Amino acid sequence: MSTNAIAENLPAGVRLPIYMDNHATTRPDPRVLEEMLPYFNELFGNAASRNHEFGWVAEQAVEQARERIAKLIGANTKEIIFTSGATESDNLAIKGVAEMYREKGNHIITQATEHKAVLDTCKRLEKYGFRVTYLPVQKDGRIDLDDLKRAMDDKTILVTIMAANNEIGVLQPIREIGALCHERGVLFHTDAVQAIGKVPFNVMHDNVDIASITAHKIYGPKGVGALYVRRKNPRVQLVAQIDGGGHERGMRSGTLNVPGIVGLGKACAIAHEEMAEEGKKMAALRDRLKDAIMGQLDECYINGSVEHRLPNNLNISFAYVEGESLLMGINDVAVSSGSACTSATLEPSYVLKALGAGDDLAHSSIRFGLGRYNTEAEVDYVARRVVDTVSRLRELSPLYEMAKEGIDLTKVQWAAEPTH
Amino acid sequence: MAYSDKVLDHYTNPRNVGSLDKNSPEVGTGLVGAPECGDVMKLQIKVNPATNVIEDAKFKTFGCGSAIASSSLATEWVKGKTVDEALQIKNTEIVKELSLPPVKIHCSVLAEDAIRAAIGDWKKKNCQTQEAAPAAVGAAQQA
Repeated sequence: MSTNAIAENLPAGVRLPIYMDNHATTRPDPRVLEEMLPYFNELFGNAASRNHEFGWVAEQAVEQARERIAKLIGANTKEIIFTSGATESDNLAIKGVAEMYREKGNHIITQATEHKAVLDTCKRLEKYGFRVTYLPVQKDGRIDLDDLKRAMDDKTILVTIMAANNEIGVLQPIREIGALCHERGVLFHTDAVQAIGKVPFNVMHDNVDIASITAHKIYGPKGVGALYVRRKNPRVQLVAQIDGGGHERGMRSGTLNVPGIVGLGKACAIAHEEMAEEGKKMAALRDRLKDAIMGQLDECYINGSVEHRLPNNLNISFAYVEGESLLMGINDVAVSSGSACTSATLEPSYVLKALGAGDDLAHSSIRFGLGRYNTEAEVDYVARRVVDTVSRLRELSPLYEMAKEGIDLTKVQWAAEPTH
Repeated sequence: MAYSDKVLDHYTNPRNVGSLDKNSPEVGTGLVGAPECGDVMKLQIKVNPATNVIEDAKFKTFGCGSAIASSSLATEWVKGKTVDEALQIKNTEIVKELSLPPVKIHCSVLAEDAIRAAIGDWKKKNCQTQEAAPAAVGAAQQA
């Protein structure tokens, strides 16, 4: 069926293209946008202008945003610093701690499926003489707490492990990780970007010392984020990575992005109110999508733990079908793939590789990230398109043909470099 | 990444999808690539034994849209050519025809490899049937 024929037969309430890539970014909530606009307009003051009303109004808006973020994560407002986003927050946390506590030790522990903002920062610190341990993950995508215990030594100054993974949605056992770190006197940083607003996250209960947050994953604008920096038990100190004026308690200089911050604050306030209900709705939609797809196709595998997972994430490998060709077949749906063909570097997803699945399943994976604006009608439509496209591509696939003939594909000698 | 119209056309309406009887002496089968690389192409040709003309060709591909298009195009191009003419097909011609971007050039290389592998397989089968059996066994033992 051509794309046009499908478009004409759209069910009610479905408009194309459909967005299901909410781990990449989210559409700003209209309420967030509305809250931000005055700060681009008549309320344009610099929050650091202490001497006039333009500044005071801006400062007040920033402080309100600080409170809203603090409330969402169980922190004190003095513990929230604003940044340009989670990548900067991750850099500030890791480099800031490394530089500050260098006399105490030079060992940092992280894990294999972290976001590049953490992994690349750690790689840079290795060049500066720090030792970094990259813990492996188990098949379900979670670290083994015993591995973490064994990795810690008297030179360990920081553990940085994400709360939820952006590709497979898997939740790490951060409460236990934090408890272990506190026991050993090691600081615990978590990249909480994908977890905030989706699952309960509380820096006190979860024993977190430093946490990275961004607005654009929780229906806020791009270009703004925050870093939670604990002030008590223990008091965390960071060396600033950006100098120039000493804003944000000396931890991050630079004029504040007032409209962006207002947006982040509003997004957090909405998340605080609506997270419980929305989580249920997301899980229901995700399970509806999962059941429809897996009920109609054989040899589909969910990547990562089903139990410890974000409610809106589904990451499936479709055996014998390559990811980019699948995306092409559902080109009116926005999702992403772990296939090498979809990456700029032609490398398959390192997160899926870390699960031990094998490159062929990484190439066959699709990530669905459901969001606030997806509907049941959209889920049903997407499920149908996925099933149709996978079926069609399997008819085109030599691997499917070989598998149906009973050939064990793991035993085949592939001629990747054929002789002429 | 925007696909060229031709790539989209081959993807939506692939030519010559399917399989030929790999046990037939007239059929040559090329299987190139590896699942771990994200690209596997099977290309088969049926050659007229009297004229060495490729009368039919079929393909199956596990790979991206550009890989599917490259192999689909390859089956179109080999049909009607003699085996020696088909060996002249260069990946650069596929790149040009499909307007493949630099990051997808390797798909065209694999398609060229698939053509050669299919022809190589057919040649091997047809040389063996021409030579006496003991020589063929000797060749197998040396390999």
